[in-house]
Amino acid sequence: MMDWIAMTTGFILILMGLYGALTHRNILRIIVSFTLANTGVNLVLVSVGYMLGRTAPILDKAVPMAEAVTRIIDPLPQALVLTAIVIGLGITAMMLTYAYKLYEAKGSLDIASYRELKW
Amino acid sequence: MLGATAVAIIRLRSLFAVVMLSGIYSLLSASIFVALDAVDVAFTEAAVGAGISTMLLLGTLVLTGHYENEPAHKPLIPLVVVIVTGAVLIWGTLDMPHFGQPDNPIQQHVAPRYIEDSPREVGVPNMVTSVLASYRGYDTFGETTVVFTALVGVLALLGVRQGKTPVQPYNHPDQPPRPVLQVMSKLLMPYILLFALYVQFHGDFGPGGGFQAGVIFASGVILYTLTFGLDDAYAMIHPRILSPLAALGVMLYGATGVAGMLLGSNFLDYSVLAHDPVHGQHYGILLIEFGVGLTVACVMIMIFYAFMSRGEKLG
Repeated sequence: MMDWIAMTTGFILILMGLYGALTHRNILRIIVSFTLANTGVNLVLVSVGYMLGRTAPILDKAVPMAEAVTRIIDPLPQALVLTAIVIGLGITAMMLTYAYKLYEAKGSLDIASYRELKW
Repeated sequence: MLGATAVAIIRLRSLFAVVMLSGIYSLLSASIFVALDAVDVAFTEAAVGAGISTMLLLGTLVLTGHYENEPAHKPLIPLVVVIVTGAVLIWGTLDMPHFGQPDNPIQQHVAPRYIEDSPREVGVPNMVTSVLASYRGYDTFGETTVVFTALVGVLALLGVRQGKTPVQPYNHPDQPPRPVLQVMSKLLMPYILLFALYVQFHGDFGPGGGFQAGVIFASGVILYTLTFGLDDAYAMIHPRILSPLAALGVMLYGATGVAGMLLGSNFLDYSVLAHDPVHGQHYGILLIEFGVGLTVACVMIMIFYAFMSRGEKLG
């Protein structure tokens, strides 16, 4: 059940991020929309690795080594998503830096002010 | 709830509310990650999304202004694009096996291998750490480099003003001092930093590790910077020290890998670092997690400095 909820939420978040990035005119809003979509992708990835009725991939007294294969979930997607989140932050920082540089040039973050790339 | 927050983020006009909501949104998605048994991921999402990312967005917001114009046209075409994309996504999942079942193809190959052999080969109770730092050490090395590259990019575009910083509203001589904030942040600082160190070195045994610890450490410094101003923060950790340290973290990671190579094994194979392969793995993971933590903390603080030192328009 949980995995379906998470998977559906992930897809919806991706689509909402896409919608937000397409409709908004402020570059800052577009960046926020991108981070929404980013979280959606992460959610989908983690829910792919989820298995019903199992527990987090940490061995301790509650999960002895012998039963580990049948008791814990796949650690690989989690390791992947963990780094993806930090990379996402790096990307967000880069996008914000560019947004600020654009603002310095034009004094506005509205994409309607940037007509040089249109033809 | 997550969906409602996301709708609000998309619909609201006030940029400040949007930035604040995106912090709440991150915390909510962290709770979903906990429900999915991905504690490490939830930890990272909470620290990164609700902490640093919101701070950076706020920093940009302060620099650029709060207003957004009304959309010029009806969002019909974007809606169609989104619906088509959604339909394609759903169509793609139709012939996938049921999620969450242990006998899925995705669970048949590497996952059992890691789960069965990592206690013997790596010996770290937290398997996310053992996959992240040992089995997939190459990837994590690359990701640390990416974080470092993000810093290089931000510095190349913005730069950190190191001289006399512009007068900021919160340390402006005309402004009354903020004793409550300053005392509280002084009180919280040691615990935040201590917690960061705990997360750093307990990452082998529980949720945590270099990425989370670096972000938490950086958020402690950022809290100090916000309440006391850049000049005091520079007196504590100067950007001159930070940028070599960020590079040092990446180099420590690489050096650990090369050390394994010099001792007669593969790059980033830590088994040869000690007489007992499992001990060697432990040392290797500790070293590279420290390198990751160092880099991430320094990069986050530097990026924050870069945004803060631009704040002439503040106030």
